[in-house]
Amino acid sequence: MSKVNQAEAIEKALSNRARPKKASALSTCLTFSGRMLLKIKYVPEQLFDITAFPVIYLLMFTYLFGGAIAGSTAAYLQFVLPGILVMTVVMITMYTGIELNNDIKKGIFDRFRTLPIWNPSVLVGALMVDLVRYSIASTIMLVLGYILGFRADGGFGGIVLGLLILLLFAFSVSWIWTTLSMIMRSEKSLLAVSMMILFPTTFVSNVFVAPETMPSWLEAFVDVNPISYLVRAVRGFMEGTPDYQAVAWVSVISLGLIVIFGPLTMYLYKRK
Amino acid sequence: MTELNQERWAIEATGLAKHFGENRAVDGVDLKVKKGTIYGVLGPNGAGKTTTIRMLTTLLKPDGGTARVLGYDIVKDADQVRQRISLTGQFASLDEDLSGMENMVMIGRLLGFSRKDAKKRAEELLTAFDLFEAAKRQVKNYSGGMRRRLDIAASIIVSPELLFLDEPTTGLDPRSRNQVWDIIRLLVKAGTTVLLTTQYLDEADQLADRIAVIDHGKVIAEGTSGELKASVGTGKLHVRVFDPEIRAKAAEVLEQTIQTEVQLGTDPLVLTAQVSDTKLVSKALLAFEDANIAITDFSLGQPSLDEVFLTLTGKPADDQTKEEAAE
Ligand SMILES: Nc1ncnc2c1ncn2[C@@H]1O[C@H](COP(=O)(O)OP(=O)(O)OP(=O)(O)O)[C@@H](O)[C@H]1O
Ligand SMILES: [Mg+2]
Repeated sequence: MSKVNQAEAIEKALSNRARPKKASALSTCLTFSGRMLLKIKYVPEQLFDITAFPVIYLLMFTYLFGGAIAGSTAAYLQFVLPGILVMTVVMITMYTGIELNNDIKKGIFDRFRTLPIWNPSVLVGALMVDLVRYSIASTIMLVLGYILGFRADGGFGGIVLGLLILLLFAFSVSWIWTTLSMIMRSEKSLLAVSMMILFPTTFVSNVFVAPETMPSWLEAFVDVNPISYLVRAVRGFMEGTPDYQAVAWVSVISLGLIVIFGPLTMYLYKRK
Repeated sequence: MTELNQERWAIEATGLAKHFGENRAVDGVDLKVKKGTIYGVLGPNGAGKTTTIRMLTTLLKPDGGTARVLGYDIVKDADQVRQRISLTGQFASLDEDLSGMENMVMIGRLLGFSRKDAKKRAEELLTAFDLFEAAKRQVKNYSGGMRRRLDIAASIIVSPELLFLDEPTTGLDPRSRNQVWDIIRLLVKAGTTVLLTTQYLDEADQLADRIAVIDHGKVIAEGTSGELKASVGTGKLHVRVFDPEIRAKAAEVLEQTIQTEVQLGTDPLVLTAQVSDTKLVSKALLAFEDANIAITDFSLGQPSLDEVFLTLTGKPADDQTKEEAAE
């Protein structure tokens, strides 16, 4: 383009002083979700964790412990699948923090923070895409489970309700990771801390064995572990014997996590 | 009418300060930027330019002082400020993983355009900034100049009343630098106020109506480029003669015409002199012709940032990082 033409084009573009109405919170959340989806489009390998983990975990634990714990792998699968589903999804939530820890160092965040938008939408939008990732991981595991012989007595409705309560919890837990990702300076230290929290809470629970078989001091911890409530809730729905007490607890814990860690994340985000 | 009067200032900052631990990054900066002008903040590495901009754009809370941007307090009315300004950061404020078009549409959507309008506006700006061909490529594959232009384009999707440009031309080749300068001039013509930071005196000279020189977080001089230069001297005259034999003669002729001391460079062909009156310089060129002295180079250099600093602070501009390393 010649210099004169370009100057004209720039002047014309500048003379357009259209000022749209402020974007709604929902619309900016969706735009940020779109941003994360575009990133997956460019680097589809990002989906590796949500496809590989469910398959590996389900096969590994079913065949490793099945014979020893329940006598047969078929019977164990029936017991353990909801638990492994919970464990897998909760483990995957960790990547939300790591992704954000990387992302937030980039220059684009300076622009986001100077835009007149509802600030949390950057994070909420990203978490909305994560819900899709969790759903994909869950679907893969349930399909594989079905092939291996898992049958939900609660039917399709039970599975959906189980997934919903699981997604609610996963969304809430993600705010812990977003908070940590604002504090931790490196991805490595973030990973270390997340692991330190996740390993004991997911393993020392009722995921693999019924708590009644444990020594009483361990049983006491397992009984108050939020993961145990979540597993009871999901298992209840899938087996067709809903445990409403567990569902209530999970809901309360989830809301509590959002109420505490949501604003905390935003406070740290603004000061960063 | 007092309301209108107040609105004359795009930026009014008093005693703005930010400390990082012991490091007084910004240590009481006063700025007054008139609407519709270009204001240059000139300073070496680590002077506090970026920190000042980050406070004015609501990214950092000041530890001291106050500032009003377009009449709104940067702390209390941060939202109002954000609605009226745009920032092009020192390091590209773009999403490197996305394409140029995707960046523009995303930011357009965030500003409230519908998908269709955001796309239209993106196309218009990308074309104007000569980026349409590259629109589908990921930004990480852009050249430095393209990145800068995209960054500026993204900042004016909704024409801001005030645009902050943090070192908009650092690292660009002369052609890209000129393109960015042209864009900045057109922006101001269209009514936007611009605050830019730079490490180059000639950039501030070319673009800015007023300049603040900052060092160690303090404003050490403020004025038009004419005022600043008057305090520094116009610059250095640099003459290169054809034959070393005639240098002594040339020095004599030059000394007579410009009436200042002439230094002989270590290079046997070079003469330099500090001049304050440019009219005398053109006379010198004629004098050489009359005296039949063949010269191969005759140039009047702008005073460098170093010379400005030397005059203003009595010491050369230094890189703070070097200084810190030495401590
Ligand atoms: N987040 C931070 N934490 C600690 N120190 C900081 C931080 N940001 C800036 N500084 C320090 O504040 C001082 C001013 O930095 P600033 O980035 O504002 O300088 P600048 O003028 O923009 O320099 P440059 O030309 O290199 O961009 C420097 O000494 C820098 O090390
Ligand atoms: Mg800087």
